[in-house]
Amino acid sequence: MMGAKMYETVYVGEEKLIGEIIKLTGDVAFIQVYENTSGLRPGEPVTATGRPLSVVLGPGLLGSVYDGVQRPLNRLGEISGGFIRRGIQVDPLDRGRRWRFIPSAKKGSEVGPGDVLGVVPETPLVETKIMVPPDIHPGKLLEIAPEGEYTVDDRVAVIETRSGRVEVGLSHIWPVRRGRPFKSRLNPEVPLTTGQRVLDTFFPMSKGGTACIPGAFGTGKTVTLHQLAKWSDAKVIFHIGCGERGNEESEVLTEFPHLVDPYSGRPLMERTVLVANTSNMPVAAREASIYTGGTMAEYFRDMGYDVLLVADSTSRWAEALREISGRLEEMPAEEGYPSYLASRLAEFYERAGRVVTLGNPERVGSVTLVGAVSPPGGDFTEPVTTHTMRFIRTFWALDANLAYTRHYPAINWINSYSAYVETVAKWWHENVSPEWASLRAEAYGLLQREADLLELVRLLGPEALPDEEKLILDVARMIREGFLQQSAYDEVDAYCPPKKQVKLLSLFVLFHKLAREALARGVPLKDIRSLPVIPKIIRAKYEIRNDALEELDRLAQTVREAFEHLELAPQISG
Amino acid sequence: MAVERGVEYTSITEVKGPLMVVGGVSGVSYDELVEVETSSGERRLGRVIEVGEGRAVVQIFEGTQGLGIEGTRARFLGRTLQIGVSTDMLGRIFDGLGRPLDGLPEPVAEEERDVNGEPINPERRDYPSDFIQTGISAIDGMNSLVRGQKLPIFSGAGLPHNMLAAQIARQATVPGKEEEFAVIFAAVGVQNDEARFFRQSLEESGAIIRSALFLNLADDPAIERIVTPRIALTLAEYLAFQQGYHVLVIITDMTNYAEALREISAAREEVPGRKGYPGYMYTDLASIYERAGRIRGLKGSLTQMPILSMPSDDITHPIPDLTGYITEGQIVLSRDLYRKGIYPPVNVLMSLSRLMGPGIISQKRTRPDHGDVSNQLYASYSRAVQLRSLAEIVGRSGLSETDLKYLEFGDLFEQRFLKQQYTENRTLDRTLEIAWDILSTLPEAELTKIKEEHIRKYYRPKV
Ligand SMILES: Nc1ncnc2c1ncn2[C@@H]1O[C@H](COP(=O)(O)OP(=O)(O)OP(=O)(O)O)[C@@H](O)[C@H]1O
Ligand SMILES: [Mg+2]
Repeated sequence: MMGAKMYETVYVGEEKLIGEIIKLTGDVAFIQVYENTSGLRPGEPVTATGRPLSVVLGPGLLGSVYDGVQRPLNRLGEISGGFIRRGIQVDPLDRGRRWRFIPSAKKGSEVGPGDVLGVVPETPLVETKIMVPPDIHPGKLLEIAPEGEYTVDDRVAVIETRSGRVEVGLSHIWPVRRGRPFKSRLNPEVPLTTGQRVLDTFFPMSKGGTACIPGAFGTGKTVTLHQLAKWSDAKVIFHIGCGERGNEESEVLTEFPHLVDPYSGRPLMERTVLVANTSNMPVAAREASIYTGGTMAEYFRDMGYDVLLVADSTSRWAEALREISGRLEEMPAEEGYPSYLASRLAEFYERAGRVVTLGNPERVGSVTLVGAVSPPGGDFTEPVTTHTMRFIRTFWALDANLAYTRHYPAINWINSYSAYVETVAKWWHENVSPEWASLRAEAYGLLQREADLLELVRLLGPEALPDEEKLILDVARMIREGFLQQSAYDEVDAYCPPKKQVKLLSLFVLFHKLAREALARGVPLKDIRSLPVIPKIIRAKYEIRNDALEELDRLAQTVREAFEHLELAPQISG
Repeated sequence: MAVERGVEYTSITEVKGPLMVVGGVSGVSYDELVEVETSSGERRLGRVIEVGEGRAVVQIFEGTQGLGIEGTRARFLGRTLQIGVSTDMLGRIFDGLGRPLDGLPEPVAEEERDVNGEPINPERRDYPSDFIQTGISAIDGMNSLVRGQKLPIFSGAGLPHNMLAAQIARQATVPGKEEEFAVIFAAVGVQNDEARFFRQSLEESGAIIRSALFLNLADDPAIERIVTPRIALTLAEYLAFQQGYHVLVIITDMTNYAEALREISAAREEVPGRKGYPGYMYTDLASIYERAGRIRGLKGSLTQMPILSMPSDDITHPIPDLTGYITEGQIVLSRDLYRKGIYPPVNVLMSLSRLMGPGIISQKRTRPDHGDVSNQLYASYSRAVQLRSLAEIVGRSGLSETDLKYLEFGDLFEQRFLKQQYTENRTLDRTLEIAWDILSTLPEAELTKIKEEHIRKYYRPKV
């Protein structure tokens, strides 16, 4: 193929299957085809498009479900029914739909990349900003459309640049393999709250940060990512199903329109975009899917929004790389993965960040990235997990043994870590409670002590420990059950607001303090253990509704009284 | 099989393992079906797995034994492997390539379909949420099966997975719904007596007239195993999504399938992945397992229950591992429980039904206490198991009073809840009743997974 360029998009065969050039040697181009190739014969035509694999960015993305190369799956469904036929070309955005555009830039002013020209109130939750595309030279705004209804193809501005007049529409295209530019990077300081206690309180995430969640099959990667997509306080959510199950996409599609964003009261689907390239869909499009999603996420970041992108599973993406690399007969490195696996992973996580965007007015936006990792046999020493760990700052280690006992989320509190604890402490102090950091440290200390004590118990049995240590085991178990465990399927417990997290945690810490004092006074452990308030503390997470947090204060009072009564009770010594 | 027209070549350049290379070809397409005639006139089927530079690599389903470079003809049929499907295939028995084995004539096809199918559009899926009552407590109570789910049985040599699958096929009903159902059974490299067992069981329950059996037995060609599950699923998809049946597909044993896949990969000299299985095995298995589900606006459903034996009972072996990464849970059988005489020997702690939470519990499709009871059984039984191993080291005297109650609970759980007869069909109410009976042996304060309203209603401690 003479004249072909690397990463150029091409149409292959009579059926015009979408492909991309991924290797050029002499006059031979290697094309990865994003659709099933059976029946393809040597000699069929290949047409080059002259442009790299790109996405269309504009109003209409929110609420959409795309395949790995930004084909809207609902449109494919209208054409080919329940099954995906190949060779169907559909536009990523609905070109017939009209959007209300409200201009804000002034005719005659100087505008440059990233400058906001106006807005489209796309959903009640998210206003899409129409910006000067990043690859346009600065210049004078010759024309700006008046407020009105426009399609994504309509021109809304004309800019006189040094390289000529440029028309700007409601939409523009951007190549997926090139990160969108921004002005500067900021430190992540604000937590991304998720409503998941073990995450927010023990291993917090920050806006613009990176995290991975590795775990054997069935340990809870997908459920956790779905929880993040539902309950995180981000403005826009991208959920990338990359080589996973069709029913998991359908679960999101069934649930999200009915679930309400706890921050705005609107249906979650209004802030969500899905990229769904399931395991049985073409492998090459799986490889592309995370770039497709990443680029769309950056587009919303550039508007000045906090965007969360979750990718399930980056291991399936890495396998797609491996498969393609194998077909190219490249020299394999560890476990057959290409030697550039690590650099590709680095590039992906590098697309996260909290940034000052290009253009005026000045905006701060962020992309937070969370990737699931599916290590073969649950063994974290394999290449995808180990390389990923080099590029992420929060590590949520799923533990099959916890999952077997139905301790969900099965996040191992000893092996997990977050580099953002110190950074987000200030936010918690100012916005939720000044006690957050100390409560967290105290509770975490108990959990660590428990882990050590359990080693002893394994040899000697629990009865061999002194009462004070038995008490630590009891309280740690209460924390595990009543705080760390959180059911995604419980109406109340699925989401736990930050205030409730702190109040719950303080119950356990209070209980431990009072119980230790009681022991010191000579109250038998047995009496403490049979306090009827204990199951109440454990059940508080779901029995006390999120809008009735004052009941938690009352429960704390009940705990205090229970201990006072213990003291009053006559001691029957045995 | 009638002789088909097609371009014929005799230019065989190489035969290795299950593969045959034909040179000097033109116009051949990837995945094209090939009919091969040996010098002795025997006919076999194959499929193009690589094409380019004038040569085609053909994978021969029946194996290459007796194929020579001289005298062999390859006819390229200009189409991919298809089978004719029809509702008349119910009540019939076929070989692993879909040819009748029961002496009756080939059914008249209502439609020809490519055996590879097409991916279900995830956006068009209907989320499965019809609870299937299997009558088995370990499944219904704690790992509910849902219409449209793919739920494999992870077993080991000599464990009663066939019995369990047959019992499920016999007992499965959706309470309150009488609808057309069908059972498709695909034997992949299993012994003749295993296939016979299924057949008899379907005959005894009268379900045989609503069943189609595809048999690739242990002494049938290994490479054919690549196709058998796909043929079975092609018929199943037709029945489910064209004819509105609720189809249960049982495939046994996927381990034999994976071995055939490995054999082909080795013959192609591909870079092997873990334990010699090809790096694309995840994707390949997904192209089978993902053919389960429901589709919006269509009446039927396709539920899959693949059976696989875990080599050396190792759940981290690539075959169960990759399967578990694709399916919506797994039912794991335990050799220890089996030795204790417990049928069905379901290791509930390692088992999982992923559709139970979102499909059944949060949509409140069954009894309101179902979810809490299941969670509590898991929590309490896993504590019992932990304490059991602790008791072995420190003795019962090293345990507290409550701990001892847990030990007792563990035994009750295995003997009363798990254990049941091959013919015993428990309703969900009965299953939950047994659950509450045994949970009531624990102190109320231990039942922290259950909401107080349910405790008040069902908790009945013996005094
Ligand atoms: N927070 C939770 N609350 C309740 N159940 C949970 C939770 N997390 C996980 N589970 C249970 O664990 C099951 C498996 O979780 P999930 O599907 O997320 O696993 P996974 O790690 O994504 O597995 P795979 O790698 O195979 O996709 C769920 O179906 C659910 O039953
Ligand atoms: Mg998952």
